[in-house]
Amino acid sequence: MAKRKFNALPGFDLTMGFTLFYLSAIVLIPIAGLFLKTLEISWHDFWRLATAERALAAYKLAFGASLLAALANAAFGTILAWVLVRYEFSGKRFIDGLVDFPFALPTAVAGLTLANLFADNGWLGQWLVPLGVHGAFTPLGVVIALTFVGMPFAVRTLQPVLEHLEREVEEAAATLGASRIRTFVSIIAPTLLPAIITGFALAFARAVGEYGSIVFISGNIRYQTEIAPQLIVEQLEEYNYSGAVALAVVLMVSSFAMLYVINWLENWSSR
Amino acid sequence: MAGPPSTDTETLRRRASRAQSQRGTEEPPLIKWALIALALAFSLVFLLLPLVNVFAQAFAQGLPAYWKSLTEPDSWSAIRVTLTVAAISVPLNVLFGVAAAWAIAKFEFRGKSLLTTLIDLPFSVSPVVAGLMCVLLFGLQGFFGIWLDAHDLKIIFAVPGIVLATVFVTFPFVARELIPVMQSTGSEQEQAALTLGASGWRTFWHVTLPSVKWGLIYGIILCNARAMGEFGAVSVVSGHITGHTDTMPLRVEKLYNEYQGAAAFAVASLLALLALLTLGIKTFLEWKQARAYELAQRTGEK
Repeated sequence: MAKRKFNALPGFDLTMGFTLFYLSAIVLIPIAGLFLKTLEISWHDFWRLATAERALAAYKLAFGASLLAALANAAFGTILAWVLVRYEFSGKRFIDGLVDFPFALPTAVAGLTLANLFADNGWLGQWLVPLGVHGAFTPLGVVIALTFVGMPFAVRTLQPVLEHLEREVEEAAATLGASRIRTFVSIIAPTLLPAIITGFALAFARAVGEYGSIVFISGNIRYQTEIAPQLIVEQLEEYNYSGAVALAVVLMVSSFAMLYVINWLENWSSR
Repeated sequence: MAGPPSTDTETLRRRASRAQSQRGTEEPPLIKWALIALALAFSLVFLLLPLVNVFAQAFAQGLPAYWKSLTEPDSWSAIRVTLTVAAISVPLNVLFGVAAAWAIAKFEFRGKSLLTTLIDLPFSVSPVVAGLMCVLLFGLQGFFGIWLDAHDLKIIFAVPGIVLATVFVTFPFVARELIPVMQSTGSEQEQAALTLGASGWRTFWHVTLPSVKWGLIYGIILCNARAMGEFGAVSVVSGHITGHTDTMPLRVEKLYNEYQGAAAFAVASLLALLALLTLGIKTFLEWKQARAYELAQRTGEK
């Protein structure tokens, strides 16, 4: 702050002071509190709590389901973004506006309606369950809910990149005799790839910490459909603070690591 | 041999070249329609059906039943708690967002990028962990727990705790919308107002605020939607006391677990309506911005 240039605008001290105070009170002190609490647990206990069998099953589900959901979003989100940018069809504006719906909808409502849709007597479940596709109260349900909450991230990251894609380059490739598939593989795909990966990472990060929608659709079956945040809630209900803190630290460190990767990806893709 | 044949070949050649160029930058119709069908199927299952289903289930037992489940005392209390929590936490974060945006957008200082990263931090913390952090600070076994208990102050398992958890999860919304908008407007206009003798506050109210108002409104509606809809963080700190500390999303869960599906969907339909309203305002703001941009481009050209 010593290097501040001369600036005639007033209010730096006031706004900066308030920003730092509020940031510390709301964000930094609580996070520090969590890590301080961790120090009260011995390393041995921490390791035991963080790698308990149930915890491992929960991480596996959280990361596995998030990975599948992010992959589904990378595939279908890319198709959706492509169709919305490149083609004209009726209802396009409506769908484009609706893409943000999962972002705006409270997660509890998302979980409620998805669980109902895929249940035995739901609109989709009544067709899918006889075919053996159980979307409610199974790990598949967790993937469905996570695909729903992550979708806007995949589509909205790719859309601006697609819009700014220069058609002239594609035309040039076509003029030089490249087939459409060749143009796609060697001209379009490399340009889109960084945005697709970034969207994938954002959807993945969003999915790993998700709780609200999963509570409804997973059925909370031990070792099968229990995710890490659910375990934290359960430990808290049993007043087992050490157990909750150990799991929370694992979740938090992994999400900070993902934040770092995403920042790196965004820098890389904007280059 | 009526007419010179050259015209015909010319048209054919042009037509052929046009077809060629279309084939060059466009997919064959079959692939195009297959992609559209896939995209539509995906949005049908993951966007349209979940939305329509909320309202279909909410009204499944008719309008009187719908109305009864909303006005039932415990659900009504949940609506009140949600409105109270949003009414406190949104203005707090707006105040912070404006202050942070002013400091970050209008001044140069060291550590700026660190500060913006820290502001975004709550987005990457799982909501349940956010709730846990509030419990660790203010719960009975928490750092301030004994002091709070001695002074008979209740934060956890009460509305103040819900407000705190909500403020944490909605913390970045206003600031992150406002910072880029304030950065792009620069500070020449403010400098001019100050030179003409306006006070700092007056400059802010009459120069800065009008130029960033759409970004501010956008941040506020996103912040509000999340504040009213937050589940995980609030679920940890609320204590689920029916009629007292249940918010609307928590009420939805409780009704669902009590097998009162229609009532759960009735409360959920209000939250879905809020989401639709938020999307509507957002689309309107984007349209407005695009029009303003177009207008500026056109007047710039003249």
